[in-house]
Amino acid sequence: MFDMETFWRVLSLQDHNTRIVLAGACVFGGAAGLVGMFLLLRKRSLLGDTIGHATLPGIAGAFLLAHTLGWNARSFIWLATGAAISGIAGMFAVLIIRKFSRIKDDASLAVVLGVFFGTGVALLSAIQQLPGGQAAGLENLIYGSAASMVTRDALFIFGSAIVVVFAGVFLFKEFSILCFDEAFASAAGWPVRTLDVLLMSGVVLVTVIGLQSVGILLTVALLVIPPTAARFWTDSLGKTAVISALNGSASAFVGVALSAVFPKMPTGAIIVLAAAFLFGCGFFFGTRRGLWSRFLIEWRAKERLENEHMLRAIFECSEFSGPAISHEAVLAKRPWNRNETTFLISRLAENGLVTVSPEADTIQLTRAGDIEARRLVRNHRLWELYLLNHADVAPSRVDRDADLIEHVLDPRLVEELECILENRAHFVPADPVGNPS
Amino acid sequence: MTMKPLQIRSLNVAYQRKLVIWDADLSVESGRITAIVGPNGAGKSTLLKASLGLIPKASGEVLFFGGPLKKNRSRVAYVPQRESVDWDFPVSARDVVAMGLYRRIGWCLPVRSIHRRMAEEALADVGLGDLAQRQISQLSGGQQQRIFLARALAQKADLYLMDEPFASVDAATEQAILQVLHRLRDQGKTVVCVHHDLETVGSYFDDAILLNMRVVEQGPVSQVLTPENLRKTYGSRLSLLDEAVVELARPGSPNV
Repeated sequence: MFDMETFWRVLSLQDHNTRIVLAGACVFGGAAGLVGMFLLLRKRSLLGDTIGHATLPGIAGAFLLAHTLGWNARSFIWLATGAAISGIAGMFAVLIIRKFSRIKDDASLAVVLGVFFGTGVALLSAIQQLPGGQAAGLENLIYGSAASMVTRDALFIFGSAIVVVFAGVFLFKEFSILCFDEAFASAAGWPVRTLDVLLMSGVVLVTVIGLQSVGILLTVALLVIPPTAARFWTDSLGKTAVISALNGSASAFVGVALSAVFPKMPTGAIIVLAAAFLFGCGFFFGTRRGLWSRFLIEWRAKERLENEHMLRAIFECSEFSGPAISHEAVLAKRPWNRNETTFLISRLAENGLVTVSPEADTIQLTRAGDIEARRLVRNHRLWELYLLNHADVAPSRVDRDADLIEHVLDPRLVEELECILENRAHFVPADPVGNPS
Repeated sequence: MTMKPLQIRSLNVAYQRKLVIWDADLSVESGRITAIVGPNGAGKSTLLKASLGLIPKASGEVLFFGGPLKKNRSRVAYVPQRESVDWDFPVSARDVVAMGLYRRIGWCLPVRSIHRRMAEEALADVGLGDLAQRQISQLSGGQQQRIFLARALAQKADLYLMDEPFASVDAATEQAILQVLHRLRDQGKTVVCVHHDLETVGSYFDDAILLNMRVVEQGPVSQVLTPENLRKTYGSRLSLLDEAVVELARPGSPNV
């Protein structure tokens, strides 16, 4: 099956047709990722699924009509027109049910999806009864199969996808305010109904031009997976859009390219699997919300927390017994065992915060360690005082509660605390930076 | 004579045919801070939303500065409830505030650096100048509320309609919001807040509108907040009225 020659021909884009088909797929994937992001942020993912399913009766109907009239019933553009009409009809059916009944959103979506898809399946079986095996190929639109895509279809897909991308870029600000806060947008005078229709039309258009590649059933996956994956990498809307579009584009490219090499492979499934792979990458390695980056953050925080607790313990010991203190004194301070203590102290020594003298078995804070320890102790005691005096926390619990907060107090909050606690500040070791003792 | 910033005449609002606001008549005085006060479910937020056209009104007339909203939209700013949006949205504090400028920027044009600066100024006005780049989910509830306020400030309107701006915010935010309200009043702007806390109405606001489906009373707080009026507003609702509302909601009853 595997044919090295075809493989290279596809990869090196020698074929005019292959070039156009792949370009169409890339732009289509980008459009899906872009529109899908707004769909996701508008919390309408399932409407995308319903629209996808609702295109089937349109396809079958268009086929039957053309067949009856003696036109070319296999023309993709003709079938796509039918698909668009019934997709839009499905969308309006949802809106009408929502407006005129008390049926909840999820139920109305399910009703429309079921009824439209069922109608489509019934029409398909009617088509299969026609003489001459006419229906062959229609099922490709359900699961997606790009192998047979011709230049004219690819150009149509390319052109439509470009329109969607341009609309998404030029109306970026409008769509984002619609998705974030519809009530505010409406009060500020944006025509939210029109914007909504435009956005949903984009979804319908993407669904329709995706019939040959992803197919009806999996459209929603290409709409939703790329933006979800993008969220792992960034907190900015613009970057989410770019990453989502690139993810969609790459997925569509992989799917279509593979089916050019292996014509029997289901394109839609490959596209979705490629998107899922990219989702997995984001889930594990995403720099913003990926598991690995979260793990790293937690790990560093734990290390810092241990260091800070140890520094504070050493400082508090030295408040009573002078600068050089013994291991035993530190051990008594906190529920650490000997090994942990030795390890933590050596780590502090590596960072230049303490010096250890092995012969006397004592530990001493360095200048830097002393400054840092004073800052921590100060934060801890300020927060303890605040909890005691202003938050009515029981004295037996303030130490533990303050343990958590002292590590996250930023300078601004410390300043506020100092203002609040001004006349009680004598409990607190002087600010080491302001007046070194 | 200058026009009243907001005037509502015999407004009826219904959800699924169930009346929520019954024949409300009210007017808001210019240059004052007005509270809309009433028990839960009294239709306070609904009153704001219906007057802004966010939910359809069954009947009645709402005038902003003597004309329909369409004519004076740029003079009106709205601060929705904080819970009404998803704070996990991938935007920064400054991006949200800049949304208040979108109308001025106009269709299809991008947010430029001058707008970002204006957004930062509005953020500074609510005391959040240093959090402009922060993703909005990493803000405290009070800070999120102030972001919404800053977004409305960026609109530079003459009338500000705020839905529960003081709901579950910290003391610092409460003070910051109050300062902003007073500054707006000093500039001759008008503020209307839906407010839930009876204790603070007297000290925070100039005027009050007592609402429980109907407008019970309106005017300066000192005159409105009488035990008699509060009993009328917060006491058990006229049960006949409630039953009539349910009857009216049935299919086949006269349309409100």
